[in-house]
Amino acid sequence: MAKVIYGGQSYECGEDSVLDCLTAQGVPIPSSCRSGNCQTCLMRAVKGKVPADAQAGLKPTLAAQNYFMACSCHPQSDIEVVMPEAGINRLAARVASVEYLNADILGIRLNPSRPLEYRAGQFINLFKDDVTSRSYSLASLPALDEPLFLNVRKVPGGKVSNWLFEKLRAGDEIEISEATGDCFYVPGNAGQDMLLIATGTGLAPLYGIVRDALQNGHRGRLVLYHGSYDAGGFYLAEELRELERKHPNFSFVPCVSEGIAPAGYEQGMVLDVALRDHPDLTGWRVFLCGNPNMVSAAKKQAFLAGASMREIYADPF
Amino acid sequence: MSLFTDIGGEPAVNAAVDIFYRKVLKDDRINRFFSGVDMEKQAAKQKAFLTMAFGGPHNYTGEDMRKGHAHLVAQGLNDTHFDAVMEHIGATLTELKVPANLIAQAAAIAESTRKDVLGK
Repeated sequence: MAKVIYGGQSYECGEDSVLDCLTAQGVPIPSSCRSGNCQTCLMRAVKGKVPADAQAGLKPTLAAQNYFMACSCHPQSDIEVVMPEAGINRLAARVASVEYLNADILGIRLNPSRPLEYRAGQFINLFKDDVTSRSYSLASLPALDEPLFLNVRKVPGGKVSNWLFEKLRAGDEIEISEATGDCFYVPGNAGQDMLLIATGTGLAPLYGIVRDALQNGHRGRLVLYHGSYDAGGFYLAEELRELERKHPNFSFVPCVSEGIAPAGYEQGMVLDVALRDHPDLTGWRVFLCGNPNMVSAAKKQAFLAGASMREIYADPF
Repeated sequence: MSLFTDIGGEPAVNAAVDIFYRKVLKDDRINRFFSGVDMEKQAAKQKAFLTMAFGGPHNYTGEDMRKGHAHLVAQGLNDTHFDAVMEHIGATLTELKVPANLIAQAAAIAESTRKDVLGK
């Protein structure tokens, strides 16, 4: 008989769903439709096998992280489950290097004290002290065996970013969290076209995701738009131009929203330029990272332009 | 055969959700009720609603429908808005080439929630 392990307790599941099994024992799990659609009862398995039925209709990035719907999960073998936001541990990391990527953005490379499981585009929390932390996206790629690579923008009055700009040196030891987030590349459908739009350090996750897709042999078009007020706001542009030369299916389009765009740059708001170039997104996979207003507008416009809701991945920050 | 199987089951619902929700967001009569809501969470709810309308498995009670829409009724949700949603359900199914007699059955199920959705 399959057991469900939750919060250190073990429950006999019988024929019941994980939701019924836990709620019958007085464990409060939010739920609504109870038929595998509304995703209110979303949970995550940390051990054991999730039956495919419990992931039907979930976004591929959620399924890849063992998220499932408790109402339609009838485990065949023992399974340990947590609430979606739980189970993110902390660990130490050594600073490998710190460099300016432009006047306002710091590139930080970290070697974690133990191997960290993550996907390019997910984020970690970086701790200044026990209670003060900020989330930063991973621009690095586990498959290329680099140290973790973060891009930090100097936020006026920002407690953590100012501390990082002023104090952080190679060799320092800091505390980070495990990686989380569902904005990343899932291999498969290699011929699918992909649109990626970033403002500011929203480029970090997309720089990781683009290279992850190319590393996995993605053949469809990968079109990356990066927006900034002026030409001084860009970074990693040389690396992206180099990727363009190596991979004919990848193109990088920097967009300047104010003032005159220099040669090689597009003029206009990044979202407007991207949708002007690609007005029909039917069948596309879309990634949106950066300014929350841009991300929220882009989500809606990409959907209205024909992208399926399940194929739109977003990370506002 | 049930209505749900005849319409095409879960794949049909998945296809319908995007088309239906796109129509809703483009419709100035009703899209204000959907602004400021997380689009993905909203889409999952639309899927649950369409599954019910298509005669599929669900556990919604009239009371759930009342509670879930009470804040919208307070913002002025009324029969004309409900009519607009009904229109989009019909148009979505027509676009998916679902036969007219099945569309009528789905519309009848959706229509049966009117009083609860509008808190009457």
